[in-house]
Amino acid sequence: MTPLSQLLPGQYGKLTSLNPERSVDQRLMALGLLPGMVLKLVRKAPLGDPLAIEFAGQVVSLRLTEAQTIIIDVAADCPIQRPRPQA
Amino acid sequence: MSAAEPGLTVALVGNPNTGKSTLFNALTGLRQRVGNYPGVTVARKSGQCDCGDGTKVELIDLPGLYSLSAASPDEQVVIDALSGHLADDRRPDAVVVVIDATNLLRNLFLASQLSELNLPVVLVLNQADVAAEQGLKINTELLSRRLGGIPVVLTSAWKGEGISAVRRAIGEALRARVRMPAVEWPPLVEEALADVAAGVAADIGRAPGRADVERLLFDSTTSVGQRLGWAAPRRDVVIRAARDKVRRAGYNPLAAEPLIHYERLRKLLEGVVQGGGNRTGGSAAVDQVLLHRVLGPVVFAGIMLGMFAAVFWLAKFPMQWISGGVDALKLGVAPLLDGMPMLQSLVTDGMIGGVGAFLAFLPQILILFLFVSILEDSGYMARAAFIMDRLFSWCGLNGKSFVPLLSGFACAIPGILSTRTIEDPKARLATAFAVPFMSCSARFPVYALMCAAFIGPLYGPGWESVVMVGMHCVGLLFAVPTAFVLTRFVLKVKPQPFVLELPRYQMPKPRDVLWRMWQNAAEFVSRAGTVIFAITIIVWALSYFPRDPAVEQRIRATAVGVAPAVVDAQVQSAYVEQSWMGRFGKSVQPIFDPCGFDWKITVGVLASFPAREVIVSTLGVTYSVGEGAEADSKHLQQVMRDAKWTEGPRVGTPIFSLAAILALMVFFALCSQCGPTVATLAQETGGWKWAAISFVYMTALAWLMAVAVYQGVSRLA
Repeated sequence: MTPLSQLLPGQYGKLTSLNPERSVDQRLMALGLLPGMVLKLVRKAPLGDPLAIEFAGQVVSLRLTEAQTIIIDVAADCPIQRPRPQA
Repeated sequence: MSAAEPGLTVALVGNPNTGKSTLFNALTGLRQRVGNYPGVTVARKSGQCDCGDGTKVELIDLPGLYSLSAASPDEQVVIDALSGHLADDRRPDAVVVVIDATNLLRNLFLASQLSELNLPVVLVLNQADVAAEQGLKINTELLSRRLGGIPVVLTSAWKGEGISAVRRAIGEALRARVRMPAVEWPPLVEEALADVAAGVAADIGRAPGRADVERLLFDSTTSVGQRLGWAAPRRDVVIRAARDKVRRAGYNPLAAEPLIHYERLRKLLEGVVQGGGNRTGGSAAVDQVLLHRVLGPVVFAGIMLGMFAAVFWLAKFPMQWISGGVDALKLGVAPLLDGMPMLQSLVTDGMIGGVGAFLAFLPQILILFLFVSILEDSGYMARAAFIMDRLFSWCGLNGKSFVPLLSGFACAIPGILSTRTIEDPKARLATAFAVPFMSCSARFPVYALMCAAFIGPLYGPGWESVVMVGMHCVGLLFAVPTAFVLTRFVLKVKPQPFVLELPRYQMPKPRDVLWRMWQNAAEFVSRAGTVIFAITIIVWALSYFPRDPAVEQRIRATAVGVAPAVVDAQVQSAYVEQSWMGRFGKSVQPIFDPCGFDWKITVGVLASFPAREVIVSTLGVTYSVGEGAEADSKHLQQVMRDAKWTEGPRVGTPIFSLAAILALMVFFALCSQCGPTVATLAQETGGWKWAAISFVYMTALAWLMAVAVYQGVSRLA
């Protein structure tokens, strides 16, 4: 159980929990970031904040402070989850 | 546009970055009307769209959004428009949902929410060319069948492909009126929705719409209750009970909606899309460079420098042509009105000058919006915000504040207009409020005059540069704490989450870019332009009237053997002194006395409230140097160096002491002396409230700081 803010660039993880009370998390859920979804920390901005994460075929940026309460289950080599099951 | 107007309306909705605006431009062929929704600063764009068979419908381009849970004014407008709750708009007859074909799942979330509105829907899968490049095969027939038979169209709006199919689909949707099937909520959630609906009906006496009920149940904050007139204590009891029910169904009430919709969509998309590899691959490679720890900021600085240079230097040429044209027009018109001095002055100085006053801003607006449109449409603006956000987040602004603030150093008008790129209304307002503090190019002549007349000759060119650079920082020094206080303590708007999509890079479409430049310029001329024109006329009248010919006769009678140019300058000076502006300046001089300003400077300060650069030529007039003096006028500089107090406690000492010139420069750095800026702030913040606050705040701050500088420096010196 690791906060998203502590992921290293290039590292994958599976979303364990976020905080639905918060507007940032509500927006992320609307974008499809739901528990069980695999995401990747793509990079940090040159000044270390904000972060860019990739999930469900999109890259989204969010601030470090807000990433601290988004909890991730880090899996070493987990490929990014396909949003659609293969036919 | 009004409710009374007959005809069909169709709304265009979709996520940001789906090419929705390009599609809108293609469907309407630029026959568009742009306005504002009442009470909010959200642009309302509508245009006429042909359905392919001669039927015309009004197409409304609603703001891009990811979800119906209203977090921002933009999103609230979409919900209100689609449910028919906007004052001037009917409920649309159909909805066109624009979807990025390369990411159906995420884009369909909004469509799935919209299914609850029970409107006929056309689904447009745009950017089909990119999807095909990525090897995605989309079975549109299967998708249409699963969505209840609504028309599903593949398009590539950028290339103009599939546009006529969209037209036909709109016509079909209006005829057949096929709706998307609504979500099947789990039984307990369905019960909870029914409970909320019953609660509303019991309290306000009419049944609410399904979409309103969902917003009430699922959103942590929503203005729907307020709109329905459903008051707090009762409302909270009903909603709390209903949310408990959702919890018993195994869902967090605030997460239930996306969980259930996405579950539905996953099933719905099974077998619809085939193939597809790395969908973020191409852009990821570009980001390796553009967001690189070292290269990223370097490229960013280069792009911003180019943009600033274009707005600052390139715009000077067309601005010179405009002012040349205005001057030529004045010279051409003046002889026609010879013998009618009042009318001549009104037409040339007042009216032609007034038109010139706002035309002069157009080159900067057009050039900045050329850059802003390209940066946004290409996908780079989001990256720029990503790079810069850290520097702005601590004071309540965000990465998107950078472009407006930077362009403020050239001119505040395009800077304030470009705050439209900031989605968060709180950060947008705070940025617009901070932009006029940036040292714009109109402040330059003031600093240049003071430095050339005093700092240079007295302290050498080294200090001249120091003062110049220092003055450019003064505004920034006050803007940052102002933004901090404003966002932290004053603005009660709910802050928006800074969740920014870094979209796929794309080549901007020239037509869209040019159209956006044109729209912004046209809106500025029609809204702020009229105000600027009126201000110019009023200030002209204040400094022209009353005009007693005896004043001129007395000077001309006593001036024997004096050069005619000198006499003319004295006449002008005397006229200004006894005009309303001059009298007012003399009577309020005591207010500016603590800043070390005499009545001539005070008149200059007052006359330059519509446009600060006017101070130089006004000082030329009040110090009898003649009209049209510029900052490099050696004559004006000499006269100012020689000026002495003729009365009061400082009699015999120079008016322009070091303390006074520093105070004057600080005053000009901070004061809200720009009618166009105030008018533009009013245009962009949806009313005169924030424009008035900005004017009073900046002017009071300027006075305080000028007093502090004058009193401080004269005690030290």
